[in-house]
Amino acid sequence: MNRTIITVVGKDTIGIIAKVCVYLAEHQVNILDISQTIVQEYFNMMMIVDMARLEIPFEQAAAELSELGQGMGVQVKCQREEIFDMMHRI
Amino acid sequence: MINISEVIETNQMIEQENLDVRTITMGINLLDCADSRLDVLCQNIYNKITRLAKDLVRTGEEISKEFGIPIVNKRIAVTPIALVGGSACRTSADYVTIARTLDRAAREMGVNFLGGYSAIVSKGMSRSDELLIRSIPQALAETEFICSSVNIGSTKTGINMDAVRLMGDIVKETAERTKDRMSLGCAKLVVLCNAPDDNPFMAGAFHGVSEADAVVSVGVSGPGVVKYALQQVQGKNFEVLCETIKRTAFKITRVGQLVAKEASRRLGVPFGIIDLSLAPTPAVGDSVAEILQEIGLDHPGAPGTTAALALLNDQVKKGGIMASSYVGGLSGAFIPVSEDQGMIDAVEAGALTIEKLEAMTCVCSVGLDMIAIPGSTPASTIAGIIADEAAIGMVNQKTTAVRVIPAVGKEVGDRVEFGGLLGYAPIMPVSPFGCAAFVDRGGRIPAPIHSFKN
Repeated sequence: MNRTIITVVGKDTIGIIAKVCVYLAEHQVNILDISQTIVQEYFNMMMIVDMARLEIPFEQAAAELSELGQGMGVQVKCQREEIFDMMHRI
Repeated sequence: MINISEVIETNQMIEQENLDVRTITMGINLLDCADSRLDVLCQNIYNKITRLAKDLVRTGEEISKEFGIPIVNKRIAVTPIALVGGSACRTSADYVTIARTLDRAAREMGVNFLGGYSAIVSKGMSRSDELLIRSIPQALAETEFICSSVNIGSTKTGINMDAVRLMGDIVKETAERTKDRMSLGCAKLVVLCNAPDDNPFMAGAFHGVSEADAVVSVGVSGPGVVKYALQQVQGKNFEVLCETIKRTAFKITRVGQLVAKEASRRLGVPFGIIDLSLAPTPAVGDSVAEILQEIGLDHPGAPGTTAALALLNDQVKKGGIMASSYVGGLSGAFIPVSEDQGMIDAVEAGALTIEKLEAMTCVCSVGLDMIAIPGSTPASTIAGIIADEAAIGMVNQKTTAVRVIPAVGKEVGDRVEFGGLLGYAPIMPVSPFGCAAFVDRGGRIPAPIHSFKN
């Protein structure tokens, strides 16, 4: 397991989740959980994914997802789960 | 499992409230580099630093990308050079040669600063200590990345007033030597009392002799996060206020702990400490002064400031200590003037004076920090300011420091601009009354009594 949190923030448009999921499937990333909410009129999506089988460097995947997001006018971030675990769990 | 609101909260701290890890500092012991031949010593120093720190910057950047948290600075702290150079250096110029070597190593490693061009003279000065101290103005004028510190007193030893007097001259001379750069050299020179061995923050960082061969320490930050949290509890009582600061400090420190452990593991160097400091930057919203305003002051410097700062400092420690396995360094709120927009505003509004800042340093780390004073201030007056701060540290068993910039050619009403993290500072007035007869007495102030605390 190599759990990573992917967040997508921005204006809601058609196909955001689809495009991100296609990218993840192409790179052998397994989605464990998806949730979404609207904060101050902004679309917020969070995915918990397992990147254990990712064949490219983490950095490259993060950069490509960010680029993919820019094409749709949203911000896509990849962060390893530990930062959230450390901050919110004792 | 982590939920979406927790993820949003963390990312909001990073993106909107300037949460960052201020520094990863690698401490490196240079005692085993000692040699009586200066060129061999310099080569040993260069080799050891570049061997141990070669992956420091790259590792910092990798961690930053993987966790999505900015790591602003990567730095190196070395054994106080007065100890390392003792047998090789016959003159101050010899020490400057070491400074150039350190500068070259720092540049090669890509770090922001290298600290440890230092001497520990809390009780007395050896010949090599004095040579190093006298070399500081030239060393800081001729290097880019070197930070220098001199420890002139401690609770256990008292205050070495000969060193205090000398540092008055050294600060002035450093300002003069770097006058073409707004006396920038003084921003990289700090005079300390009770200096900790494991401080990751500049300009006072050095790798103390009580430390292992190499360690990684982390300085966390996040005044913006505390300020934002306090905006949500406006008008609430002190219990709520304190709980909010504590909870926020805990979260901030956990990120530092994660980064420190990761850096330690990847670099194969033991984890030293987390420094729990609220370190401001000139960026709007990243300000300790704005926290004080949020607590309820019009400006820092208003009556109530010392109490508010004492509360803030204590709650940050209480929250942070549980979040980290080892805490050390300076650990407290920093109140530099030039590096904090809110402090600059307070000075310009006439709310904040050096005397009030001195009172504030009694209850927080670290001292009179990044304060620009008129270039005409006599060396004896600067020595007097250093002695006052050292006395506060000595009696209260805490670290205190003085980093003042007597900006050459500038008077009250002018300002000095350093740029970047060092910011800009209005020149603050200094008492015109002299203390030369006091600081010129020579000798040392004895250690205070450690019992009869009433």
